[in-house]
Amino acid sequence: MDFFKNLFSPEILRAITDFSQSALFIAQGSGYTVALIALAMLLGLILGLPLSTITVYGPGWLKKLTGLYVWFFRGVPILVLMFLIYFGFFDLIESFYFKLFEERLVLTPFKAAVLSLGLASAAYQSQIFKGAILSVQSGQLKAALALGFSKKRAIIHVILPQALRISIPAWSNEYSILLKDSAIAYVLGTMEIMARTRFMASTTFAHIRFYLFAGLLYFVLTWLGVKLLAVLDKKVRIPGLAHDVFRAED
Amino acid sequence: MSTWQFYWETLIPAVNKGLGLSIALIVPSAVLGLALGLLVGAGRAMGAKKTLGRLLNLYVAIFRGTPLVVQLVMWFYGLPSLALILEGYFKPLGWPPFWRGLLLSPYAAAVLGFTLCSGAYQSEYVRGAILSIKKGQFLAARALGFSKAQAFWSVIAPVALRRALPGCGNEIIYLIKYSSLALVVTAVEITGQAKMVASLYFRHLECYLLAAVYYLALVTVATAILGYLEKKLAVPGLDPH
Amino acid sequence: MTEPRPLLEVSRVTRVIDGKKILDDVSLSLNKGDLKVVIGPSGGGKSTLLQCVNFLQVPNQGDVFLDGVSAREMSRHNINLFRQKIGMIFQDFNLFDHLSARDNVAIALRKVKGQKKAKAYQRAMEELDRVGLADKADLYPSQLSGGQKQRVSLARALAMDPMVMLLDEPTSALDPELIGEVLNVIAQLSYSGMTMLMVTHQIGFARHLTKEIIFMEAGRVVETGPPELLEGGPGGGRAAEFCAKLAEVTGR
Repeated sequence: MDFFKNLFSPEILRAITDFSQSALFIAQGSGYTVALIALAMLLGLILGLPLSTITVYGPGWLKKLTGLYVWFFRGVPILVLMFLIYFGFFDLIESFYFKLFEERLVLTPFKAAVLSLGLASAAYQSQIFKGAILSVQSGQLKAALALGFSKKRAIIHVILPQALRISIPAWSNEYSILLKDSAIAYVLGTMEIMARTRFMASTTFAHIRFYLFAGLLYFVLTWLGVKLLAVLDKKVRIPGLAHDVFRAED
Repeated sequence: MSTWQFYWETLIPAVNKGLGLSIALIVPSAVLGLALGLLVGAGRAMGAKKTLGRLLNLYVAIFRGTPLVVQLVMWFYGLPSLALILEGYFKPLGWPPFWRGLLLSPYAAAVLGFTLCSGAYQSEYVRGAILSIKKGQFLAARALGFSKAQAFWSVIAPVALRRALPGCGNEIIYLIKYSSLALVVTAVEITGQAKMVASLYFRHLECYLLAAVYYLALVTVATAILGYLEKKLAVPGLDPH
Repeated sequence: MTEPRPLLEVSRVTRVIDGKKILDDVSLSLNKGDLKVVIGPSGGGKSTLLQCVNFLQVPNQGDVFLDGVSAREMSRHNINLFRQKIGMIFQDFNLFDHLSARDNVAIALRKVKGQKKAKAYQRAMEELDRVGLADKADLYPSQLSGGQKQRVSLARALAMDPMVMLLDEPTSALDPELIGEVLNVIAQLSYSGMTMLMVTHQIGFARHLTKEIIFMEAGRVVETGPPELLEGGPGGGRAAEFCAKLAEVTGR
């Protein structure tokens, strides 16, 4: 059987070692990908929490403003958002930053990608938190006010701690969405997994094996992240607190 | 060239052309994706422990677990590589060139990618909706003399479809936005047109803003239609919560 | 004098689930117009017995005959025809949540019996009228009280012109003040000659209407006899003991 003899021929062996080196190069992109998601999620959290609080408790005109924000960032595709921020608002963002901090910002593709993903994630996360806040029973707020909390402090100390816990399963869903969206950042030239895969595939023409490898990598990253958030969920879980308001889809 | 002239004579006609292709991508992908999702979702809900159910679960796990971009490049660049390999094996044997079927046009690759990905997500909503229906409903239908198939179509399906509607509608809205990724397989729809004009005239801000407006319009219209549909099909007390 | 052939005959039915005998060689028969009541502790196999009668659960051994027709034989061809002739009432109603009361009654007429919409609706309204709910025809299950839901489910079963009705604890999911309206409908049905097999804990009600009580425990028919069976006093059978306990709990 020629086929089996050829299986261990020098050419095949070299191809395998070559592939393992290329695969390593691609896998090293995981660092960029994970950093991209972590920063975007953080930005989304920092913006999304006040957005959701305003949406539920804020005055009417502010509610309209947050509604507008959510409508815009949920309606525009990530790809267009990335182009818009990296190419369209490039000058605007840099000059704004200079006025604010008197320091030059270099808007790298990575930063633009974080900004795009984070701003969009803020819109989604605000929806998650809004649902969670509304699911905390109104008696909780009443009881806190009766104890002498101000409304603001009642929200911070009573409502949000419950809402954040309730949000974790939905957060795990948001993570897997962000992970997949992060692959789009390759169009800006961020050296994450997808950009490296595209590079290797188009130089060697071995498209199938590299894309399969990238797919596997994303698969593993999704699984790891979801597991990690499940551990967090278990750690901060409080018996009897409504956990079935959202169910993680992954 | 004045700014207005640029808008009216260059940018808007180009993006309008892209809009046509966007719709031509979205509509078939949405319909096929929903149909696929219904079949797969029903299959997974009914036969969870059988071989078919396991295979369908695997399909969903793969297509939901990997980015759509990766799937798209796989169809557009990966399949031709496969065709090359097949040609190497089968051409010497004198087979007809069936491998050429794997060389997809950008449009076909995009629709295939969107449909398979969307179908996987849709099946989740369909499956969840079917499983949310109490077993007693099925039992009651069977007790009245419905066959299994009749019970499914007359009793389970109408409720399941209503419960799946918000999720499935949401998925179609996602599809509208992710249709912008057709750029990756060189299908020039709204985003592609905007990008072309932007780099040709070096007016990025206006071009991408206009593209954003187009997507916002599509998404807003689709949301309104779905909201209307949900209201029209609503039955009191049927919400799962 | 020869005995008339029973309308419904359950013959030596055994049902095994996961190696456990839920029903163990159960036999009983109902003549036309009979109302027989099955009582006994929960987990004794009463609901399984009813579901075996119309083959919603297929017995491992034994058979059921309706007017001489074998269910096992029918299950090889089309068990749905067999089930159409047996009405079933569930403990938790199982109304179709997405259909109005009228459509709940009409849907099987239309989809199973193939009747035209107008005809099915007319029949549905008659049946709803019979259970006193004609004015609620357009309401959905979530808009009805428990007693009303159970009456709709009675109308739904009756519309199929069943030869026999199976009632599985029809009142046990109801608030006490709603039980009466459902029992009234059942009593009227019995007076009008409907053949019924009912599982219930409403012993007082059962005593008035039935000629025969079937006491089941651990998958077997332990005692069968007239309602007086339940009043055995000290030294009475298991059925009397059970009723005494039930009376202690419910204060009746």
